Amino acid sequence: MSLTAAAATVAHTATTAAGATVAHTATTAAGATTTAADAHGFLSPTGVEIAFLLVGLVTLGAAIVTVTTRQLVHAALWLVVALGGLAVEYLLLTAEFIAWVQVLIYVGSVVVLLLFGLMLTRAPIGRSPDADSGNRWAALTVAIASAAALVWVVVDAFRTTWIDLDGAAAGSTEVTGKALFQNWVLPFEALSVLLLAALVGAIVLSRKAKATPATASTPSGLSVSAARSAKAANTTPANETPATETAPNEMPATETPDSGTADNGTPAGATADPDKGGAL
Amino acid sequence: MHLTYPAVLSALLFCTGLYGVLARRNAILVLMSVELMLNAVNLNLVAFDVWLSRAAEETLHSGQALTLFTIAIAAAEIGIGLAIVLAVYRNRGTSDIDKLRDTAEGPDSDGPDSDGRGTDGLDSEALAAQKAEATA
Repeated sequence: MSLTAAAATVAHTATTAAGATVAHTATTAAGATTTAADAHGFLSPTGVEIAFLLVGLVTLGAAIVTVTTRQLVHAALWLVVALGGLAVEYLLLTAEFIAWVQVLIYVGSVVVLLLFGLMLTRAPIGRSPDADSGNRWAALTVAIASAAALVWVVVDAFRTTWIDLDGAAAGSTEVTGKALFQNWVLPFEALSVLLLAALVGAIVLSRKAKATPATASTPSGLSVSAARSAKAANTTPANETPATETAPNEMPATETPDSGTADNGTPAGATADPDKGGAL
Repeated sequence: MHLTYPAVLSALLFCTGLYGVLARRNAILVLMSVELMLNAVNLNLVAFDVWLSRAAEETLHSGQALTLFTIAIAAAEIGIGLAIVLAVYRNRGTSDIDKLRDTAEGPDSDGPDSDGRGTDGLDSEALAAQKAEATA
């Protein structure tokens, strides 16, 4: 095994074809499979691999913090780190156009949309003790089991596969544009129709409470206020459910015009629409 | 670069997102975890496309095209998902997905709660909520 590692280092340092053939014959003598990727060992990583590994560690750490932190806004901000790290990984894989699209779409708009969503649903600023549900350990078991299975299968399948990153970039804007507009024009146009449908759907979903008449929208406004007061009083969910259920029964007596204007003036529906439209 | 590095990172990111989807209670945090899973798939697509574009003689760059499509669909998904979450929050006053149990099978479930909101539906709803709390 030390012979293989030494031959791999030889292949890395020597740029001539003679060094490569030396490494090739050495690995053949060592009894390994004789593919071209055997010249590159895991014990002597290249500079790109070291950079990929470091950025990958940062990305994975940020992703883990994103799914485990109890502060909701911090989760969104750590998601920025994870997505930005992935953009750097795309750059290291010479996919430049994808990297900049990632920065523009994800870091630029998706995280901003998520932050707006957190604000509009009145997410608590500090630690929220109920960020994780009760089935956390089952989720952890499933995640670790699937991670072990996936990593084992992937490493076993692609242990000797080598990506040749030299030469022209595989994902420059010119290459990607040519591939996209020569071979993928029809899916591209279909995707634009899908984006239009998603835009219209988001607007319709956000404006449903305003479009319906006041008889349908007033119980929702009341139940929101009732649930808010129940949440402010730190009641258990078992107490909160009857509070929202009894709210429509009291509705027609006193509060109809007041809650109607309050529901129309809710900042959630009014400010959600332009952000969503602009981001899409 | 070994193809193992991006493939393993992608698998680990996917499982991180999977944990987030299963363990989180806030709907927006679940959406964030879904974004992580989609990004893991994107990294896989890009890595295999770069590998195949060098290994094969002629390539359509299908991996990068699919990555762009995935990014666009993820943007559409996050827009629709946030609209749904905001609508649910406006109606219910919560974005906690553990409390959205209206379609759960109770002892005597009588359809959606839109027609069962009377005095009759209150008892069955409270009973269903108590049963759900007990089983959770």
